[in-house]
Amino acid sequence: MKHTLAKALYPVACAFILLSQPGPVLAQHQPAASIPAADLIQPADLATSLKSATTPKPLILQVGFRKLYAQAHIPGSEYIGAAGEDAGLQLLRERAATLSKDTGIVIYCGCCPWSHCPNIAAAYGALHAMGFTRVKVLYIADNFGDDWVKRGYPVVAGG
Amino acid sequence: MAGVRVLPAIVCLTALALATPMLAAASLAHDSALRMAPDFTRTDLDGKSLDLRKYRGKVVLLNFWATWCGPCLIEIPTFSAWQNTYRTAGLQVVGISMDDDTAPVKRLYQKDRLNYPVAMGDAELGELFGGVLGLPLTYLIDTDGRIVGRYQGEPDLKQLEARIKSLLPRP
Repeated sequence: MKHTLAKALYPVACAFILLSQPGPVLAQHQPAASIPAADLIQPADLATSLKSATTPKPLILQVGFRKLYAQAHIPGSEYIGAAGEDAGLQLLRERAATLSKDTGIVIYCGCCPWSHCPNIAAAYGALHAMGFTRVKVLYIADNFGDDWVKRGYPVVAGG
Repeated sequence: MAGVRVLPAIVCLTALALATPMLAAASLAHDSALRMAPDFTRTDLDGKSLDLRKYRGKVVLLNFWATWCGPCLIEIPTFSAWQNTYRTAGLQVVGISMDDDTAPVKRLYQKDRLNYPVAMGDAELGELFGGVLGLPLTYLIDTDGRIVGRYQGEPDLKQLEARIKSLLPRP
């Protein structure tokens, strides 16, 4: 009972602590759970499609923190900025403004466990609001290290 | 006769009991890609030199975090409390922020009056520790500078505290 209550109050506690911290200008927090399941792509499926010679490659955008991207990122992916912050969200909109609305896009972060990610839903929401129709979100349950790198999917460093 | 049948089972169980800690150690070494904590030097937020090697003789709780990371902010007050409680027993908490900018880290450091050194991390430091590819990430380092625990995500704080207490040089 105690455990259930603590679990239920956890998101509230997280939100309270985050909002009470003097940090960068944060975009309004949207939970990753708000992203429709139909728009998620599993790491194994993306890795398979990247290997395929016939499947058209999506544009892959990393919307998390730069120090993560610099250590390891999906080959060919572009670093945008942390979409949980207004500055990162603006960079995403600027990049997206150069694209056709039917561009196949995959966004990913992996900074922290899915339910705590401050970036991914904000990025999805921004692209959706701009009218992009083929946006997929890489579902990273725990973090990029465990769910992508340790599974042996392709990575490069730098940037 | 029965003793003969039991003997192999005892041997097997003993071997398993002996091997289990070794397997755990191997797994830890594999996970963290190292056994000894890599030395590094950074300048902390107070402008002082932060040299991990200088903490040999203490138990070090090395916490990678960021201001935008909800679970990180939940555990930081606990780490701060442990620093107070176990300082004289030989605990040293060290924070490494993976924020891209220093300003929000400094603001939080001052506002929350963190009582342990915090420095800015970078990709190079992350790679030294086998990759900081998700937060929070916390390492427990013993008095000899060996990594004895790696906690990706939110650790069980009670278990972590018990582990720290078992390692302290002056409990």
